[in-house]
Amino acid sequence: MSAAWTTILLPLLAAAVIAFSPSKMAKWIALAATGVVLAATLRLVVGFHDWGNGDFQSESEAIRFLPEFGISLSLGYDSVALVMALLNAVLMPLCVLGSFSAIKDRQREYYAWFMVLHASLMLAFASRDAITFYVGYEFTLVPMVFLIAIWGGPERRAAATKYFLFTFFGSIFLLGSLLWLGAQMRESTGAWNFDLDAMIAFAQKLPADTQWWLFLCLGLGFAVKVPIFQLHTWLPLAHDQAPTGGSVILAGTLLKLGTYGLFRIALPAAPEGAVALAPLWAILCICAVVYASLICWVQRDVKRLVAYSSIGHLALCVLGLFAFNIIGAEGSVYYMVNHGLSTGAMFLCIGMIYERYHTKDMERLGGLAKRMPVWAFFFGLFTFASLGLPGLNGFVGEFLCLMGTFVADAKSGVDNYPGVLGPNYAFIAASGLVLAAMYLLIMLGKMIWGPLREPHDDGHHEPSGLSPDLNWREIGILTPLAVLCLWLGLAPGFVLESLEPACTRMLAPFPAIVQAQHDAAATQGDAVAVADSTTAEAVR
Amino acid sequence: MTIAAPITLASTMADRVGLLWPELLLLAAAMVVALMGLSKDRTIRGAVGPVSILAVLASGLLALFTGGADAAAAAGVPFPALAQWLKPMVALIAAGLMAVQGGFVDQALEAAIGRNAAAFNPLRAIRGEFHAFALFSIAGVMLLTTATDLIWIFLALELVSLPTYVMVAIGRGDRPGLEAAVKYFFLGAMATAIMLMGFALLYGATGSLQLDLIQNAFGAQAATGGIALLGVGGLMLASVGLFFKITAVPMHFYAPDVYEGAPLPVTAFLSFIPKVAGFVGLILVLGTAGLTAGELPRPIIALLWMAAILTMSLGNMGALLQRSMKRTMAYSSIAHSGYMLVALAAGTTDALDALLFYLFAYGVTTVATFGGLAVIQRAGGDADRFEDLAGLRRTHPWATAMIVLGALSFTGIPPLLGFFGKFWILTSAFEAGQIALCVFLVVNSLVSARYYLRFMATPVVAEPDSNATPTERNPSLAPVLASVAFGLALLVLPCFTGSIFGWVQRATDPAMGAAASAPAAAQSADSR
Repeated sequence: MSAAWTTILLPLLAAAVIAFSPSKMAKWIALAATGVVLAATLRLVVGFHDWGNGDFQSESEAIRFLPEFGISLSLGYDSVALVMALLNAVLMPLCVLGSFSAIKDRQREYYAWFMVLHASLMLAFASRDAITFYVGYEFTLVPMVFLIAIWGGPERRAAATKYFLFTFFGSIFLLGSLLWLGAQMRESTGAWNFDLDAMIAFAQKLPADTQWWLFLCLGLGFAVKVPIFQLHTWLPLAHDQAPTGGSVILAGTLLKLGTYGLFRIALPAAPEGAVALAPLWAILCICAVVYASLICWVQRDVKRLVAYSSIGHLALCVLGLFAFNIIGAEGSVYYMVNHGLSTGAMFLCIGMIYERYHTKDMERLGGLAKRMPVWAFFFGLFTFASLGLPGLNGFVGEFLCLMGTFVADAKSGVDNYPGVLGPNYAFIAASGLVLAAMYLLIMLGKMIWGPLREPHDDGHHEPSGLSPDLNWREIGILTPLAVLCLWLGLAPGFVLESLEPACTRMLAPFPAIVQAQHDAAATQGDAVAVADSTTAEAVR
Repeated sequence: MTIAAPITLASTMADRVGLLWPELLLLAAAMVVALMGLSKDRTIRGAVGPVSILAVLASGLLALFTGGADAAAAAGVPFPALAQWLKPMVALIAAGLMAVQGGFVDQALEAAIGRNAAAFNPLRAIRGEFHAFALFSIAGVMLLTTATDLIWIFLALELVSLPTYVMVAIGRGDRPGLEAAVKYFFLGAMATAIMLMGFALLYGATGSLQLDLIQNAFGAQAATGGIALLGVGGLMLASVGLFFKITAVPMHFYAPDVYEGAPLPVTAFLSFIPKVAGFVGLILVLGTAGLTAGELPRPIIALLWMAAILTMSLGNMGALLQRSMKRTMAYSSIAHSGYMLVALAAGTTDALDALLFYLFAYGVTTVATFGGLAVIQRAGGDADRFEDLAGLRRTHPWATAMIVLGALSFTGIPPLLGFFGKFWILTSAFEAGQIALCVFLVVNSLVSARYYLRFMATPVVAEPDSNATPTERNPSLAPVLASVAFGLALLVLPCFTGSIFGWVQRATDPAMGAAASAPAAAQSADSR
């Protein structure tokens, strides 16, 4: 069995074994399975054929699953997919470890659902076929709903219902547009084919107004998952109510399915539509950056605060994609990884606090550096990574996304390569980052520094059975994440270089379209604009 | 060419009976089962259920071997090979539905006899009749699949319906059951009258009751300026009459009341067997007017279109408001008919294949879900409220898992079988250019997710209310076994969808009858 198949089938096998094994064994089986999957993913990375090639590179023989409809089960990666799969493979064992003491009842079900979630995420990242991608994309919904609804907080049922309905709403639009595209292809070529590359190549030839509709529907599908401003209302509740492990995967990889889907399918399949709708998306994104930051400012619940900050961070990530240049695209993918690491780590840290104090309320917690210095160190580090301190990983992605947006207009376009955004968008988005620094520092100030405040000061304390500060298991969970944050912050070159070919390939149709739009605006546009640009030339 | 003569000979009634082995087996089994139910011996009475299941499975196997001959006999009608897919498929799912009925008929009586609290009284026992009626109904569907004229369609449909009226009435014998049965019977009779009026108009318009001759007559009319108004009216009335069987708007009103009044296993039966019959009837009748060639008269297309949209939407919205599980399932079954009507309105061979596959996926999911729901009951009735499912995972883990799988498949979550049903209907409708219908289908799937989520979440997440009277365990293992078998099929069959699709495609191939009839004709020529 090839390494690629191992990453998908082994978790499923583990889920089946866990369901019939003694309750005490469940977590160990899950840990072993996720460890093997991580090893298999590393094996894929080491054995990756050609880092300089942006194409999908096959990892398995295609299994002709439904030849009547041209659906085949074949796995393959380009560097972006591989990086996302690796992110998931790294986070999963840490989540399992992080659930060891937190999950006390119905352990078998918990770890079995986790393994199913693992398999479907891996399938989504490895798929080269639209339908198998959709199978993985959609099936993540089911384990996550049960993780939230069974092991979540007090409002878990409402959170799970809202999550299910919102995400299903998005994915059903995604399915509808993929099937519509498949039917169009059948009409013109006479054969069913759901191969992603073939579908994208076909869709790019569709007329511009058709692409507008296609991007609207595909984008709507992914926008719920990201989530984009106004479709985001499921996220704070789901994040807040989910158990720690669920929150980590939700923020770490599930949201990335949305941005990954935009990168992999929506943008390349309907470039004309993407360019036409880019201003709308960008405005929604910068609204989200500012809005999420303002909400974070007034949050008392630290987990909700991190959840809202995710909305802002991912909005910036999407903004980078809509810059339609290599800087923005690379920055966006890099940001996906960094957000997964640092936000995932923050949720793990908050989970550790919650296990000890049974509260996430910042008014009741404070000065924890005195009680838990090791925890405070890690929490501070990940917060700084999240707010984009240079030297840590968050900075690189944020900076590239903003810079990509900044240069994406006719005047400052690099290499005669204009975009449709520009400095105005970048400025507003950057203001959101200043706000982000403020609320995150306020959070740090309340939680870590200042006088020590613990909930049992007011006579309410349930012993957790855990040591006051982090134990070795917990340190073992956070250390790899801290190392990765530091490494990706200090030496981003290698990863960025390997992402470049895939990003270039995704962006291939855009320069011509954007250029044509600018030319059309220049020739048909009002005289004022022409005069304006000529004076600008003269000044230069 | 003298081939025409042997074919006519082969399709005389006496020869035709020789092709109906599956139906004959079912009718014989019905007689046997009815007698067994009156036996004084408890083990023989207990064998009624297993014998009926075996009979249904055996008739399905027989159908696998006689299907080709049926196609030969039906050569000339729109879809001669329909039975090759439908008979085995219906038999398989009907066997599951029979298993879901395990441990429910005569339960109190048998328990009393077991405690020596009562003597066996043949007048009070209904197990034999009940199973016999179910077998009659299944035989009716099988007969319908090989129908070649309107009279045959009518008789077969009545054979499907009449036993189900009785099943609703005697299943529990209480007031709601009787009320449901009376309502079902009178409204059913009215629908049949509408359908017969349509058949009469068809006869007037074409001068024949035989499907192949009607098809020819319509073909001739279409070539010279369109199907006559009389024929269009006939098709329309016949369709509306058949809408009753598939619970489509505007003939859906009875479904919630009847499904709620009937005992749970009968509800499962009602939501599949009459539905298949109704759709087969629609396919046969509309097939005469060019269903898959996209040549249906405009008013008929408009009718199907409106019915599809209204049926999906009203079904799903109605289901959202229910507190009874059986009523929810009734509305859900209405909604699924709407999805299948989308395929009918799309009017291509692909869409027809999609419909036939969807019926199968819907049937498997129905058995898995209802089998899981049938593991609990209350004294003298069903456990019918969503709250009754709370805590089910502790007492019945397997049933819980199957209810979850069934609800996921009904919702259309990949990679379960229900997803592929929706997948095929959507692709074929998109291909036929029915984008509006597809949008309605997609939005309706979203609405349906809301109430299917209750089926998923309640047994897994909710804890039982300590004040509520606890539910009882169904003494029979048959429902849960059927549920597990069909639930696992939801997971496993998607791996074989390729071959199932191929099977369905062969069944709607108009050339199949001709191809199958050639060797049959040669054979009969040899024997001469």
